[in-house]
Amino acid sequence: MMLFERAHSRREALRVAAISAAVAALTPQLAFAKSEDVKAEIDKLYGGKEMTAGKLKLDMPEIAENGLVVPINIEVESPMTEADYVKSVSVFAEGNPFPRVLTYHFTPACGRAAASLRMRLAQTQNVIAVAETSTGQLYTAKSEVKVTIGGCGG
Amino acid sequence: MISRREFVIAASAAASLTAASGRSLAQVASSGKLTQDDLLRFDAAGKVTLLHITDTHAQLNPIYFREPSVNLGVGETKGLPPHVTGTSFLDQFKIKPDSPEAYALTSEDFVSLAKAYGRMGGFDRIATLVKAIRAERGEDNVLLLAGGDEMQGSWTSLKTQGEDVLQALKALKLDAMVGHWEFTYGADRVKEIAEAGPFAFLAQNIRSLEWQEEVFPAAKVFERGGAQIAVIGQAYPRTPIANPRWMIPDWEFGLREDDLRKQIETVRSGGADVVVLLSHNGFDVDRKMAGRVKGIDVILTAHTHDAIPTAVEVDKTLLIASGSHGKFLSRLDLDVKDGKVAGYRFGLIPVFSDAITPDAEMSKLIADSRAPYSAELAREIGRTESVLYRRGNFNGTLDDVICQAMIEQRDVEIALSPAFRWGTSLLPGDPITFEAISNATAVTYPSCYRNTMTGKQFKDVLEDVADNIFNPDPYFQGGGDMVRLGGVGYAINVAQPIGKRISNLTLLKSGAPIEADKSYTVAGWASVNQNVEGPPIWEVVERYVADRKTIKVEPNDAIKVTGA
Repeated sequence: MMLFERAHSRREALRVAAISAAVAALTPQLAFAKSEDVKAEIDKLYGGKEMTAGKLKLDMPEIAENGLVVPINIEVESPMTEADYVKSVSVFAEGNPFPRVLTYHFTPACGRAAASLRMRLAQTQNVIAVAETSTGQLYTAKSEVKVTIGGCGG
Repeated sequence: MISRREFVIAASAAASLTAASGRSLAQVASSGKLTQDDLLRFDAAGKVTLLHITDTHAQLNPIYFREPSVNLGVGETKGLPPHVTGTSFLDQFKIKPDSPEAYALTSEDFVSLAKAYGRMGGFDRIATLVKAIRAERGEDNVLLLAGGDEMQGSWTSLKTQGEDVLQALKALKLDAMVGHWEFTYGADRVKEIAEAGPFAFLAQNIRSLEWQEEVFPAAKVFERGGAQIAVIGQAYPRTPIANPRWMIPDWEFGLREDDLRKQIETVRSGGADVVVLLSHNGFDVDRKMAGRVKGIDVILTAHTHDAIPTAVEVDKTLLIASGSHGKFLSRLDLDVKDGKVAGYRFGLIPVFSDAITPDAEMSKLIADSRAPYSAELAREIGRTESVLYRRGNFNGTLDDVICQAMIEQRDVEIALSPAFRWGTSLLPGDPITFEAISNATAVTYPSCYRNTMTGKQFKDVLEDVADNIFNPDPYFQGGGDMVRLGGVGYAINVAQPIGKRISNLTLLKSGAPIEADKSYTVAGWASVNQNVEGPPIWEVVERYVADRKTIKVEPNDAIKVTGA
């Protein structure tokens, strides 16, 4: 778990990302999570509360250039004031050995609820992010990332 | 000087290839002789002219290039250009069979029309046309842009790392280009090419892996015809997947729509009247992008090698498809009023090499760059009795030869040949020179490997490649054709999702089905992996052709296609 004490620059985010990637890079012998495992984990964490799409932006490539380090940019639209801020963003991957890859925690002092990381994806799968605000709102976004064996481009 | 070929074609008037008034090419041809003036005739509009060449694949001299007879579209692109071929193409664009346009744009009656109309392209012919258009419109009103894949695809470009084409592009006074196969010369060489100028090498969608910084300038603004024209570059977004990533290890590509939107805002707020996306996305990707990213006036498309005789309009964006191998020069006249494109006129000019007087300066430059290699280029290995070509979604006779060469020379059950869309064609009776072989094989990662693969691995590869071409979402398409196979037949339903398209995999020799758990000996080339071992593919093909002396390719009926 990582706590951001202030708004981070891109370079800092990448340093954090290196740690996150290491977290994700577990041994391949482990069984992979499935979409139902991810759903169960999300239900467990957020109590099955309603989630809305839109304010959480999950920016990932459609096709991974290198499945070992797939870039992910997360940004949540929020005033980030004491009264209303993004408390956390969790990332889930259907092909990860554990359904939840990581959670970012934010405070109003962060200024922005944004993070960049790189994640290992062994195969084509859905990546899901969930943001929780201090007012109890939940936002979600999903992105399918294709991981190819090797291409033939013209 | 070349002699002017007599074009004797019994044809009545048909629609012109260009939107120009006056005699159409078919009329011209029916009158007996096609001239340079006929090709250049154009009903000019506005003050600005954009000229576009693309995917010339380092073919400095005129060539034969057979367009595909099979080019299927899936999902929402089904039946739309460029997924129209043969007589359907002729009908859709009202082109008379046997006309010069029919020869240039389709595979219908290719061999006899090739004999009648001759080779197409050649940088010295393109230079003549470009100079004439600059003279007509005024130097300051013309912008010449190249869509990428200009510096790879020939023996001389491979040997000089693209230097021969670089010099030709400089002599053409190119204004800007983007890249794809250029990147297979490695990061250092591409940087060198980009900085060799005077033209701009643009890419809004390449970033350094570590800091996400721009590697090349995203855009350049040109003043032409009194208007500010912003050209934004889009490199082939899948380069690190389709080509060896290890050659450009520190760069990240991708479509980068959001960055493109920001770039458009930047150039518009900087006073651009016209925004041009010089793209190597591939046509279907560009068509989708035009619908999602607002504010682009013109997308000059590339990569998928499509030649479309009209501009395709998507909302307010014009899409231009200029073919490949130097066969066409696109001319787009723009009438720019009050910071907007108020009107346009487009012409896809076919570069009939026998009708155009070569530019002497460019001819000399090309001859000089080829001179050190002339003996190996001219070396005759054998002859072909069949037309040899590559383009088509599933197979081409040239790839059948390459696959057969791998099976025999590498002693394997199965051969895989990458589904590149570049490579020139040979007519029945033509000599197979080393140059002809290298025109289909000249890559910087040519090792022909020999390996074993289980039936399951093999099917997974086919499914992966099939999804790269038949995924209904263009953003998941890579822009190549289906991998070519030797020794194996299969059925494919292009309408199915990944994992379900391929069936009935069969070893042709025995008729036995491919078994998932069984291992098979496999040869292939152009692997994107590093440290691949094996002789270069051109040696393998040369040995095979030398053994045979005469090449004859039987019709390939090993692939059953459904769902189209």
